[in-house]
Amino acid sequence: MSRYFVEARNLAKRFSQPGSEPLTVFENVNFGIQKGEFVCIIGHSGCGKSTILNALAGLDQVSDGALIMAGKEIAGPSLERGVVFQNYSLMPWLSALDNVIFGVRARFPQWSKEKIRQHSLDYLHMVGLKGSEARKPSQLSGGMRQRVSIARAFATQPQLLLLDEPFGALDALTRGVIQDELIKVWGETQQTVFMITHDVDEAILLADRILLMTNGPQARIAEAVHIDLPRPRRRDQIIHHPAFYKIRNHLVDFLVNRSKALQGTAPEADGFPTEINPALDLALDALHPGKPSMSPSKESSHG
Amino acid sequence: MASTKLRAGLLSALILLVLLGVWEILCQAPTSNAAAADDEYAQLMGATSQEARVPPPSAVFMHAVSELSQPFYDAGPNDKGIGIQLAHSLYRVLTGYFLAALVAIPVGFVIGMSPLMYRALNPFIQILRPISPLAWMPLALFIIQDSEASAIFVIFICSIWPMLLNTAFGVAGVRRDWINVARTHELSPLRTALTVILPAALPTILTGMRISVGIAWLVIVAAEMLVGGTGIGYYVWNEWNNLDLASVIFSIVMIGVVGMLLDLMLGAVARLVSYQE
Repeated sequence: MSRYFVEARNLAKRFSQPGSEPLTVFENVNFGIQKGEFVCIIGHSGCGKSTILNALAGLDQVSDGALIMAGKEIAGPSLERGVVFQNYSLMPWLSALDNVIFGVRARFPQWSKEKIRQHSLDYLHMVGLKGSEARKPSQLSGGMRQRVSIARAFATQPQLLLLDEPFGALDALTRGVIQDELIKVWGETQQTVFMITHDVDEAILLADRILLMTNGPQARIAEAVHIDLPRPRRRDQIIHHPAFYKIRNHLVDFLVNRSKALQGTAPEADGFPTEINPALDLALDALHPGKPSMSPSKESSHG
Repeated sequence: MASTKLRAGLLSALILLVLLGVWEILCQAPTSNAAAADDEYAQLMGATSQEARVPPPSAVFMHAVSELSQPFYDAGPNDKGIGIQLAHSLYRVLTGYFLAALVAIPVGFVIGMSPLMYRALNPFIQILRPISPLAWMPLALFIIQDSEASAIFVIFICSIWPMLLNTAFGVAGVRRDWINVARTHELSPLRTALTVILPAALPTILTGMRISVGIAWLVIVAAEMLVGGTGIGYYVWNEWNNLDLASVIFSIVMIGVVGMLLDLMLGAVARLVSYQE
């Protein structure tokens, strides 16, 4: 039995190129997600994050390896895996409410019309869209559209929620507000979430664990960074937590320096990423003042 | 904005008045300056102008009033009201048109969704589409052996292409994201077609339907001139044979008015199904 709810084993994506070696976007990608865990994945463009997410959704296929959820291999799209796309993907001819109903009706076809409507309304209100139910997506701002999309995904109550850079197209202020909404909804539902992001602060705010990918081609997931910050987290408070900058510096250092240095290097023996806990480092530092921190450190109790 | 609308309306009225005025002046029957001792005698002797003239708008208007006051009279095969003629034409156009829609929209769906079917059917479409619908008429008359049904067939064949191609184009152009949403929600192919692809493609389909109804209304006049019997096209030709040019002009205007109404109706439906991305 796997100790993970979702597990990726030796994933690889290759594109054949006429007249030369096939292009390997990523290979030896292994990771696990526990039930109820919020996992973010960060990496530079072209490392194949989206391919991994789409493969988890069942919309795309990997060339090698297996994706397993709840003991079953992922073979195609399923209502057990909800997706929030970066460009919202709302039906422009349906109102905000009808877009949520669209998802709920597909998920719970046995429910009565009234129950479907009420359930959809509840989730729409949960993301702060009271009063905008009847508006069409074209009459909503980008942030509001993404909220509808999030409401649709959460309302279908999938076992795994996949977020493909959901706030990438939003301005910083709107993004902050919707991150708060997402934290709130996630806190109420305890969904398992897998999310792509380019924003380090966003990842620290939201994630239990952050997967770091090296640059492509031949990318892999090199590290899994645990974010041991207390919940519920708030944007204005976590920055004062002593571990925050430790974690942040570690992530930025990875993205700026090591993602390139580690490109194409061999993975760990078991193929899984190195588990890292910068916050724990900090605690060790406090216990042994004067001793230099040994980041990135191995930390074997996790994973 | 309102003032632009008002000014445009005034300008339209002005242009209309000028055109009608010029027409009225140019087409006045010359007044005989000979001593009008005995008009009837002069006429019998051929003293008045023998030249046939285009009737002035006033005459056409008087004729229109009398025709429109009893649009549905029926005084034998060659003397029916304009309403009856238009009704016959509309019946043929709408029958042929809806039969075409019944074929074109499902086939267009298949072509739009399947690149294989698109490639397989494209050569047929490319060859059949440019054929003038009237070229089918002799063959239709021979095979169907019924002038009424042949006219309907001609309408069918001319209105099928814009609907077919636009449906295929609209269906093929449905955004990949929406299809992916349908897939992640495990919708069956039929439900995907009805709840995602159809509403997404409807504006494009309606554009095709609008083009088709315009073409069908153009073609029906010519088709009815050929098959005869009833209909607005036959009426125009019949009045030409009678040299009743007031009737000819009146029916030309009526053809325009009905065509415009058909387009307005489909335009209203198109607005209903349109959406903004």
